[in-house]
Amino acid sequence: MNSLSLYEKLWQAHVVREEPDGTALIYIDRHLVHEVTSPQAFEGLRIAGRPLWRRDSILATADHNTPTTNQTVIADPVSRLQVSTLDQNCKDYRITEFPMGDRRQGIVHVIGPEQGATLPGMTVVCGDSHTSTHGAFAALAMGIGTSEVEHVLATQTLLARKSKTMQVLVEGTLSLGVTAKDVALAIIGHIGTAGGTGHAIEFAGSAIRGLSMEGRMTLCNMAIEAGARAGMVAVDDTTLRYLEGRPFAPHGAQWDAAVAYWRTLHSDEGAHFDRVVTLDASRIEPLVTWGTSPEMVTTVNGRVPDPAAEPDPTRREGMQRALRYMALQPGMPITDIAIDKVFIGSCTNSRIEDLRAAAAVVRGRKVAANVKLALVVPGSGLVKAAAEAEGLDKIFVEAGFEWRNPGCSMCLGMNDDRLSPGERCASTSNRNFEGRQGAGSRTHLVSPQMAAAAAVTGHFSDVRAFLN
Amino acid sequence: MKAFTTLDGLVVPVDRSNVDTDAIIPKQFLKSIRRTGFGPNLFDAWRYLDEGQPEQDNSRRSLNPDFVLNQPRYQGAQVLLARENFGCGSSREHAPWALDDYGIRALVAPSFADIFYNNCFKNGVLPIVLPADVVDGLFRDVAANPGYRLHIDLSAQTVTTPSGASHGFSVDEFRKYCLLNGLDEIGLTLRHSDEIRAYEARRARSEPWIFGGAA
Ligand code: SF4
Repeated sequence: MNSLSLYEKLWQAHVVREEPDGTALIYIDRHLVHEVTSPQAFEGLRIAGRPLWRRDSILATADHNTPTTNQTVIADPVSRLQVSTLDQNCKDYRITEFPMGDRRQGIVHVIGPEQGATLPGMTVVCGDSHTSTHGAFAALAMGIGTSEVEHVLATQTLLARKSKTMQVLVEGTLSLGVTAKDVALAIIGHIGTAGGTGHAIEFAGSAIRGLSMEGRMTLCNMAIEAGARAGMVAVDDTTLRYLEGRPFAPHGAQWDAAVAYWRTLHSDEGAHFDRVVTLDASRIEPLVTWGTSPEMVTTVNGRVPDPAAEPDPTRREGMQRALRYMALQPGMPITDIAIDKVFIGSCTNSRIEDLRAAAAVVRGRKVAANVKLALVVPGSGLVKAAAEAEGLDKIFVEAGFEWRNPGCSMCLGMNDDRLSPGERCASTSNRNFEGRQGAGSRTHLVSPQMAAAAAVTGHFSDVRAFLN
Repeated sequence: MKAFTTLDGLVVPVDRSNVDTDAIIPKQFLKSIRRTGFGPNLFDAWRYLDEGQPEQDNSRRSLNPDFVLNQPRYQGAQVLLARENFGCGSSREHAPWALDDYGIRALVAPSFADIFYNNCFKNGVLPIVLPADVVDGLFRDVAANPGYRLHIDLSAQTVTTPSGASHGFSVDEFRKYCLLNGLDEIGLTLRHSDEIRAYEARRARSEPWIFGGAA
């Protein structure tokens, strides 16, 4: 029999029909919806007079605009209208929504898995590039544009072409203080932000099997930062343990039938990949980005690179521009970079395990005097409640952090959580683009532990010194 | 959707790699619930000296004279020349909406990010991939020749320079067909409703847990 990769299995299981040129109609099992990329899609549906194809495939929540302080009212009228438009659309089409104030509300990529709405073998889409997160469950999950959101609402399908496949093998054991975030940044540093373009990435190898579901979600979340629309990990016991008993997951006899099928969701021995990349887990160190693209990354004990050493002129110019924007000097030790703010949150790193890891570093310490604001924004209301039940909120608050309500928050600053021009942030989010966290903002991407270490020392610090 | 057949357009060069969709249209403009009106805020942070806000009168803002879009010779450009990985990052379709609203009908680059590439086709904007050395040459030619235009023919799949050099590009047959005819993809897909229903029925038997909401 033919050896198939996980991606090929998922793809084949969802092809409804295929055009002669290879364009396929792919069936969509789960559609996650948020307020920013859906209003124009619902409007399009209405204008064309088309019904919704399958409302039980949809789970909606407001996350990008929601305030993290007072969650009863949004002050900005433009944001408020966007959120109320989602509420209205969900009401009109009888779609399940966790609106602002619901304890299950949160970042769409946190609540999907948390609810068991993301299941192995599914196709999962959302008008959001970080939909790749859900691939951690051996789902084919990808971000789509608003026209495609409308296409899925109206037809439950997408027009797509089969991607090329890439296997990223991470073998060995991660050292203490090295997390899935560092693995993700190491991969992006290695293959570049366009390295995965046109590919679906499967993360495999002993280090990946050793990751929790939270860690696998962090990794798949960042697949898009490597240019890959989809990232995925095969099903194993860790996957099943995470899913069992979740509200949207199957129960009883259906659970058993599901598990039997899900166990087949891995790449077969000898499956073909268009590209294979191998990393040695034991050599990955805690990482910090220094520039305005996630591929501009180095180890915490490294130095800001010198553009003069870059032979390619376009890249050299890109580095120079990044250093100017970031106000950094070539050769400067990363640990000399002082920070103004700290953000622990986002769909990359706002799950319970992330908060535990950060709290372990923060416990008994204080936020450094030069740090103006240190924020912890849990990924969902349920994560927040779980963290509070463990007393994590107290650890953060006693150290001088602010403990907020769930949402995207300072990951992109569509609400009031933003950096001021020139401010520098140690952030657990996924993008360090110019202006991402506010006009003129300077973002350094790190793991939750590394963000915590930076918060208490006021500059980037090797978290391993805190853990020994 | 708007059809795209041929275009003879002035070229504006944006000489940076990895231009992300946050740069193409910053987040504060994503609060809009409309599809139009994003043109004045295309590349907002690079184009203006102040920080833009939604529903602001953009004609009163100070332009950044150094940014290429503000230079007199590029006014009225319809073709944007770019570097590798253009459109990376966020899936926001507001990026092609802003380009389209500004008047850009085609993009030429050595590579595009996947989601952005896809989003362009849904909006009648044609993204064209040409080899890096060809794009390099175009950047040089544009800089050297004010008023530099490219002739783009989707049907023939060619980009032709003023000197008559012609570069072929590839595009999926189905996408080309939809774009040439300005077809509504949803309408096309709904013609296959029976097949979708039959597929659904099969899946409902083999994976019933996919259907229905929370228990
Ligand atoms: S947390 Fe950030 S990256 Fe994730 S969905 Fe929200 S805005 Fe996007």
